[in-house]
Parts: sequence; C-alpha cells; structure tokens
Amino acid sequence: MSDSRPIHCVVLVKQVPDTHNITGEVMTKDGTMNRGALPAIFNPEDLNALEMALQIKDRHGGTVTVITMGPPKAANILRESLFRGADKVVLLTDRKFAGADTLATSYALQCAVQKLGRFDLVLCGRQAIDGDTAQVGPQTAEKLGIPQITYAESIIEIADGKVTAQRAFDSGTEIVRCQMPCLLTVVGTANTPRPASVRRRMEHKLAAAPGEYTALRAQWPEFETDAALDEYLTRHDLKIPVWTAEDVGATEGSIGLAGSPTQVHKINFVVLESTESKTISPTPEAIAAMVAELVHEYIVG
Amino acid sequence: MTERKSIWVFIEHTDGQIADVCLELTGKARELADQLGYDVVGLLCGHNVESLAQEVIHHGADRVLLADDPELAVYRTLPYARVAIDEARRRKPEIFLIGGTPNGRDFAPRVASALRCGLTADCTDLQIGDYYVKKEDKTYKNLLYQIRPAFGGNLIATIVNPNTRPQMATVREGVMRKPAADAGRTGTVEAVTPSFEPGDFALEVLSRQVRKSTVKLKDAPVIVSGGAGISSAEEFALLQDLANLLGGEVGASRAAVDAGMIDRAHQVGQTGTTVRPRLYIAAGISGAIQHRAGMDQSSKIIAINTDPNAPMFQIAHYRIVGDAGEVLPLIIKTLRERSMEQRDPE
Repeated sequence: MSDSRPIHCVVLVKQVPDTHNITGEVMTKDGTMNRGALPAIFNPEDLNALEMALQIKDRHGGTVTVITMGPPKAANILRESLFRGADKVVLLTDRKFAGADTLATSYALQCAVQKLGRFDLVLCGRQAIDGDTAQVGPQTAEKLGIPQITYAESIIEIADGKVTAQRAFDSGTEIVRCQMPCLLTVVGTANTPRPASVRRRMEHKLAAAPGEYTALRAQWPEFETDAALDEYLTRHDLKIPVWTAEDVGATEGSIGLAGSPTQVHKINFVVLESTESKTISPTPEAIAAMVAELVHEYIVG
Repeated sequence: MTERKSIWVFIEHTDGQIADVCLELTGKARELADQLGYDVVGLLCGHNVESLAQEVIHHGADRVLLADDPELAVYRTLPYARVAIDEARRRKPEIFLIGGTPNGRDFAPRVASALRCGLTADCTDLQIGDYYVKKEDKTYKNLLYQIRPAFGGNLIATIVNPNTRPQMATVREGVMRKPAADAGRTGTVEAVTPSFEPGDFALEVLSRQVRKSTVKLKDAPVIVSGGAGISSAEEFALLQDLANLLGGEVGASRAAVDAGMIDRAHQVGQTGTTVRPRLYIAAGISGAIQHRAGMDQSSKIIAINTDPNAPMFQIAHYRIVGDAGEVLPLIIKTLRERSMEQRDPE
C-alpha cells in the first residue's frame, strides 16, 4: 500500500522540428537552426513523460505542471498538455535564451523549476528528436541538486518519500529506489500517451500566452482589445504565464549563446564519396549475375 | 598538484569485463595524446577491479586512476560522478571521453553539468585542430574537434569548447577501432579515495536483469537492413530469410525501429550500432547521414530503393532501383538455387 500523500510533478517538455521532414535550409550560418522552416511537434518522449506524470496524479493526487523553454509558438505544446490533463503550464521564453546548448538550457530550466517552489518529481523525455543528446535531463537534475533516474519505463511504487522505478535499456532492465525529490527521464516504451480529452479541449481552447493575443483576437473578434482578452483569460485561468530570464532570476552569462560552452566551429555539407558502382535492374538475370559476382569476390560464401 | 596534461577515458565495466567502447576510446585517446604530448589516463571506478587496470594500460593508457570501493560495486550515477567530479577538479584533464552506453550517457551529462563544461553526444570522429574567433581575434590552439552528424541529416557539425575544460564527448561503440592489446606496455596505477557525501546514496539498485543480446550486429559478416520502405511484417520476414541464407544478421534504420517493425537492438547508425560488415544490404533505406555514419565502412553495399535519388545509392556499390518486396525474393531465390546446385553436383 502506497502512502496517500499527493505527489507534485513538474514535466519539462520541448517543441521540436519534425525531423522526418528536414532539408539543408534549416541550418543558419552560425550553425544553429532555423526552426521556422519545419513543422513543429511535441517531442515524442516528452509526451510519455507527461503521461507518466498524469498517471501518478490519477493514483496519488497532486498536481502536474508543464514547463517548456522555447520560442513563443511553443505555447502550442502547452495547450496540448492542458488538453491532456496538465493543471498548470509555464512558457519560458526570452530572446536571451536563444542559442543555448544543453548546459545553458538545463540552467534556465533549473531556475524555472525552482521558481515553481515545491515539487516531488521532475519528469522529462529521455531525449529530444532534434538533437538526440539525452543530456538536458541529467544536467537539470545536477543543477537542481537532486538524484536522477534515467530511462525510466515504469513507476512501481511511490511510498515513504521514495519512488521505485524500472529502468529499461537495450542491455536489460534495472529496478531502483530513489529518494524524492528526483528527476526521471522517460523512455518511449513507458506508456501510450492519452489523447487530448474533448472536454478539456473545449475548456482550454482559448488558453493563450500574451504573445498570441493578436492572432487570437483575429479569431475571436468579440474581444476588442488585448486588455479585454487578457482580463477574460485571467478570470478563467486560461492565461499561459510567460517567464523571462529575469522572471526566473537567471544570470545572463549563464544562458543562451553566452552561457553555452560548446560552439559550432563549422558545418559541412556531406559530400558523399562516389564509389565504383553498378546499376542492377530488378530482373532475375541481373540479380543472378550480381550474386555470382559477389560469390566470385568471396563476399558471399 | 601539477600533472602532465591529460586525456581521460571513463572505463566502464560489467561482471569483470571492460566495455569494448572504452578500450576503443583508450586507443583513440592514445592517438590524440601522441599528437599533443599528453598522457592518457583511464578512470576506473568499481570494487575489486584492480585487475582491469592493466588491460586499460595495455590498450594505450599511461596511468589508471583507480577508485576501488564497495559503494562503487555497481554503477550508480551519484557515487561514480562524485569520483569523476572531484578528481577532474583536482587534476584538470584537457579532454574526457566517455562511451555512449546507457550508463555513459547517464554519467557524462551529470559530470559535465557539475564541471560547467561542454559535452557533445555521439561523436563520429574526434580530431585536434585550431579555432579562430573573429570577434576576439584570437586563435584557440589544439582544441578537440567533436564531430557529429547534426540536425538535418545533410550536415556534419564540428563542435569545440574553447573556454571550458575538460572538453567532453561521448562516442558510441564501434565508431573507433579497438587497438590490439600490447602486453608489454607499462603504466602506473594510482589509487584514489572517494570522499562521498550522504546524498550520494539517495538511490539504491534493487535488482538488475541483463539481457544477453542475441543480436550480434557489430561482428556480423553480412547485415541485411530494412528501413521505411519495408512496409509490412511479411516484407520484414524476407530480410530475416536473406540474412539466414547469408549467415548474417538483420539490421534496421531508425525509421523501421520507430515504426515498430523491429526491436531497437537492431538499429544501425549514429544512435544505434556502428558496423563494418563484408556485405551490407540496405532495403528501403533512404540513407540519412545518421544511418550512413553507422555503415559506410562496409566492404560492399547493395542498395534497394524505389527512389532513384535516395542518398544511399551514392555510397552503394550495387544500385537496384525497385521495390524491396520484389527484389529481395529474387536474391533469395538465386541464393537458394545456388546452394541447391552445390549440394547436388551434377
């Protein structure tokens, strides 16, 4: 029997370019990327992290707060989070964050999580599909001074201030028990994220950050001024809070490009080595000839 | 304490065996260190693992820092990171290389964050070179070029850390070649005493199950791989048939793994396994750089794809423009007929 204390979860999510549709034009000259050139999606494993947090809330009570750091349009994945069951969302956005590597990102996230106050668990996806580094989770845990459970696949128990979880990797599994607060990075096999609830979608369809008011008012002309819209959203708890570097108390030298120890020295377009190659028609004769050649060269035994 | 400048390698081990990738990295570190006049240092944490130290030296290390303690018997993030962070602060290595294993990728960012230094994941090459910063009109000498395919698939990025030390990078198994052991090499083993803090034991490992992988991609002489162009389980079964006939293994691109066609253990590429088989058959794989980086050293490559412009064709020795679902059966049939002839000489 697990204890009945409510568990407060913070989920760190990222909007990522859909890397299935990538062209060379999305990289800018300084080696960072032009995200605008690609469709943006909810990083898949972050959805698994959100689902894990929602399941913890279903079981133990508590709250689920979702934070994303990104450009203003990253508010889209915060709305998605609200539709799926998040209680509160925060958009961490500031031009000063631009160009951050994983170290500068984890520092900004640390500041935001600390501003929230009390939490038991921080969850995030194992890695984001735009970089595949899997570094921001552990780096954020280190900055927060809390232990980490990477590759978390399931929560076995939360009791007595400790979380017991199964970790999964290619070479096997591990069951660990860890004192809370701690940070978990969640793998894609952990669960099937619940779809957006129709009721919650209706309730939160107007949820917006101030940067989106102009666009929103074009859709809802009954709000004649930003102030009127702001007043309405605030009253209905639909205003997505926006936190800047200053709001979270982040030191300027530690964020964005300036706070990033890694620098891009150069970007090379890949020149494929031309190999001596043959075109084989997909006919039985041509295939047989190819196989014969491979046998002759002892490539095929 | 003044020490010679050094390149460190994190020596990971399970059940008394050093992970191959760590010996591969020791070899690479030796190469870089010889260029720079640095020492190669293995960082070995564990319990009753002193016997492993010589193996690290035989593969190219000058020194091994040995932290032998019951608390280090199995890998746990915080105790292992504590040793690395304390020793790195004290000894200031220039470069720190870590294998891109699950534990290595858990350990490296934790350490990099504490040391406030740069870390590059999944490098496919490491070199030494200079870095000129126009704004400062300054050239940083002898930096570690951390080279990896970048976002976008068409690009290779060279990352540097001009101002922070150590310069940290993870590299996947198989990317670097493992040097032959030289039993005549000698080096020193220096014991270090960890100074743990109570918080380091916040996590306990209750049980561990090691899956003995039946997939032996790395050493397979032949690999038959499928990608997004393989649309059904039936077609995927053809890959297995062909691999069986050729005495090889089935591989896959990330697209096929993500689509749930096959287990991730089969993934070839930058974030999967790097392979150098005698023959690599790429069926329905377009050939993103992340995939090619993991197989372009194969002796012979056959590419099968319906799209004549697929990048894979540019590195293939045999290009077959066609549907893998139709071409694979033709290859299988030819091989079956050949083996029948051999068994039944006329």
